[in-house]
Amino acid sequence: MKNKEIVVISGKGGTGKTSVTASLAFLAGNEAVIADCDVDAADMHLLLMPDLAHSEEFFSGQTASINNALCTNCGLCQSICRFKAISNSNDNYVINKIDCEGCGYCARICPSGAIKMEDSHTGSLHISNSRMNNTLVHAELQIAAENSGKLVTKVRQEAKRIAKETNTEYIIIDGSPGIGCPVVASITGTSFVVIVTEPTVSGYHDLSRISELVKKFNIKMGCVINKSDLNTQLTYQIKEFLISNNIELLTELPYDNVFTKAITAGKTVVEYATKSVIETNLAKCWDKIKIGVQ
Amino acid sequence: MKIAIASGKGGTGKTTLSTNLAAYISETISNDSNGQVVLVDLDVEEPNSGLFIKGDILKDEYKYRATPVWDSNKCTLCGECKTICNFNAIAQLPNTILIFSELCHSCFACSELCPEQALPMVDKRMGVLKHYQQAGNLPNNDKLTFIESRLDIGEISAVPLIKQTIEYVEDNFSDEIIKIFDSPPGTSCPVIETIKDADFVILVTEPTPFGLHDLKLAVETVKELGREFAIVINRYGIGDNGVEQYCLENNIQIIGKIPNMRQAASLYSQGELLYDKIPAIKEQLVLIYQAINRINR
Repeated sequence: MKNKEIVVISGKGGTGKTSVTASLAFLAGNEAVIADCDVDAADMHLLLMPDLAHSEEFFSGQTASINNALCTNCGLCQSICRFKAISNSNDNYVINKIDCEGCGYCARICPSGAIKMEDSHTGSLHISNSRMNNTLVHAELQIAAENSGKLVTKVRQEAKRIAKETNTEYIIIDGSPGIGCPVVASITGTSFVVIVTEPTVSGYHDLSRISELVKKFNIKMGCVINKSDLNTQLTYQIKEFLISNNIELLTELPYDNVFTKAITAGKTVVEYATKSVIETNLAKCWDKIKIGVQ
Repeated sequence: MKIAIASGKGGTGKTTLSTNLAAYISETISNDSNGQVVLVDLDVEEPNSGLFIKGDILKDEYKYRATPVWDSNKCTLCGECKTICNFNAIAQLPNTILIFSELCHSCFACSELCPEQALPMVDKRMGVLKHYQQAGNLPNNDKLTFIESRLDIGEISAVPLIKQTIEYVEDNFSDEIIKIFDSPPGTSCPVIETIKDADFVILVTEPTPFGLHDLKLAVETVKELGREFAIVINRYGIGDNGVEQYCLENNIQIIGKIPNMRQAASLYSQGELLYDKIPAIKEQLVLIYQAINRINR
């Protein structure tokens, strides 16, 4: 069986991406492996309340460091560093670890071999059993670490490996906001992209940018319009946009504080608001995704 | 003075606070002949401040970053460049050097260390910066300047554009002018670039377990960077009191609590500012501006 990766993104933050993803995770149960690729702000575990089964440290990229005992203060390193990461204080050259991008240029040209490159610890990866009868792969980015998308890729690889081993058909991925490296790393090579949007000028604006990015990858898209009764005129415009861009409307959800109440209670909205229109619509949405991904 | 408005979690109200605060400050300083406030949208992946703040365009310029281009006439296929590049942006095939410019960090190492000078650095467009004057929705408001940068779709790194935008702001406006940076979400590179030199960071959060979880990460990031900071709680009244509890226990100052109101969500959805229509929100901006002035002194 070929695994199908479904990724949920939004462009704009706060549209309800994680609430929708966690609900899909609940509805899918053991049909899916869950991957939280929003490693900057990973919140899925707060709702899936997993038992940690396995953790490992993650290293990516490098950082330079100067051995002042070997340094002759020639200043060559400072002159070539494009990131202004090398400064001189009290006749000692020092690397600012936050600014260093790990290109290794300084280490390569240092005439006295005083600079060495060290692997950077950029995060940790966890594999857990969620309370929804599925596996959650999640990660934590180290404070002030770079997110080049490598940790995102690692989370997806692990989720894929587990899906293969356990013969699980779907992988549901929670992506991150924006259009940059972590987003590109979460959508590359997936089978279906779910965009969660809202009828606000910014939600619509960000939907148009993120869908333009997804088009470049030639992946099928579906859209959830959350808070659709907040601005019915914009909801209408968004629907027209979806039609003209060949994006399937998966469902609409109302503006409702029950989303917040569910999060506060540590539950997904489909568990918290049982027998509501929200539960029904998200269940239909999951069915449509399963058809769309075929 | 540079004030960065950031958050761990997306959608907590960074843009709402940035645009309303900038417009409110421009209104309060309207009698001060030297007064000025600059709003800078540094969420270059998804810039939204411009949907709420309009103005007359003063300048519109493309921003570039340098990446290497292979000169096949000079190249001897020694392979040094591929060894040098720490980002896997260069690959060598039997008769070709391939450059993946989206992976390039513009460190210049390959270009400057190539024995044949076969990899000149060439500017590649990454986005556009727009500078508006007399911005704001108020009549005759010449106190508010708005600057926005927008990353081209398909460009994956926001950092070089954020860096150049901050440089543009520093070149054009003196230190004492209040500058409000609308930051990207998250806690990684783009946010760090935005807040690392800020004089003050306002972290916007919402009173929910998601808000709290991401706030903790943002607080650790700001502390790591050694920045002075305070919290604004948006959508105050929903959720629980976890954020307030955490701030109390960790001695973190809360300088504003913006109430949760459907009216606010509805006005926001239409691209409207809030403080001039909802007095309860203006009250909070007054408090936030007072806190900024205490720091600025």
